[in-house]
Amino acid sequence: MTDSALVGLSKWLSATSLSSEIQTTRWIIPTLQTIHILGVAVLFSSVILVDLRVLRALLRDAPLAQVAQRFLPVIWPVLLVLLVSGSLLIIGEPRRSLLNATFYLKMALLLVAIVLTAGLQWSFASAFWQKWQGRHVVGRLAALLSILVWCGILFAGRWIAYTQVG
Amino acid sequence: MSFRELIAFFEDSGVADSIRENDNLFPLIESIHVLAISLVVGSILAVDLRLLGLAWMTRPVSRVTNGILPLTWCAFIAAVVSGGLLFISNATKYLANGCFVAKMILIAIAGVNMLAFHLVGARDQPRWDNDIGPPLKARFAGGLSILLWIVVVTCGRWIGFTMRIR
Repeated sequence: MTDSALVGLSKWLSATSLSSEIQTTRWIIPTLQTIHILGVAVLFSSVILVDLRVLRALLRDAPLAQVAQRFLPVIWPVLLVLLVSGSLLIIGEPRRSLLNATFYLKMALLLVAIVLTAGLQWSFASAFWQKWQGRHVVGRLAALLSILVWCGILFAGRWIAYTQVG
Repeated sequence: MSFRELIAFFEDSGVADSIRENDNLFPLIESIHVLAISLVVGSILAVDLRLLGLAWMTRPVSRVTNGILPLTWCAFIAAVVSGGLLFISNATKYLANGCFVAKMILIAIAGVNMLAFHLVGARDQPRWDNDIGPPLKARFAGGLSILLWIVVVTCGRWIGFTMRIR
């Protein structure tokens, strides 16, 4: 999408009644941001706990499959909460995100993180993976990458507030 | 040295000055703070849910606690250091902000709740460590902890809307 199309989309969004409701009711944006950050806390901690277990830094006395089963499934409903609260925040202040490169960096990192996390979850159910000798090295690299990418998402998320145009 | 003098000492320090003057330092420290509190809140939630008998019941309470709390404490230290740096950059304004003061009081209450449970409530923990539904006092401590941390995050996010930092 071109920049002018994004400007047009932002204008259109801010003219909707939902957007003006979000803009004019003072408690809505802080509340949405609070819900968003609580969701981030649950999702981020869940992923990090599994990643740290893969790296054998935590919960070593629990089988990896058990840790993964406890913390990975919860990610998807929480991600939905984040998508809804995040979308409402965009509708309320379209220019803040849609005309902001940091936002697109965050979304790109999110795509990578989703693929990584889904791959990790799939790998625990996969017979091929359990038998494959290279899984320890690949698993640890994937866990490291996952930690870095999720940290990048959180950083980019906070930085959106500081890189918005106008 | 009075409290006011102490605050002034930190607020006038070179470190505080750098955080105020440098365009990237405040967002950078703030990002680290968000990352750290996400881990604090998310990992405490995982422990609290076990105390409430709602998650990971196949694992004894002590093993959930011992496995997860090292992450909580590391993240808490990072949150205190990053939060402390943000605080000294504008200490007088933060102290005058109701949300900030409420947040500090609530964190202290969460600490007292944790300490009381650890010292008194958990004394007979070996008796119920394996129970799917821990006793009322454990569920109370877990439930109160969840509530307190949700309000702490809420107050934290509200600081940004009730106080102009820059």
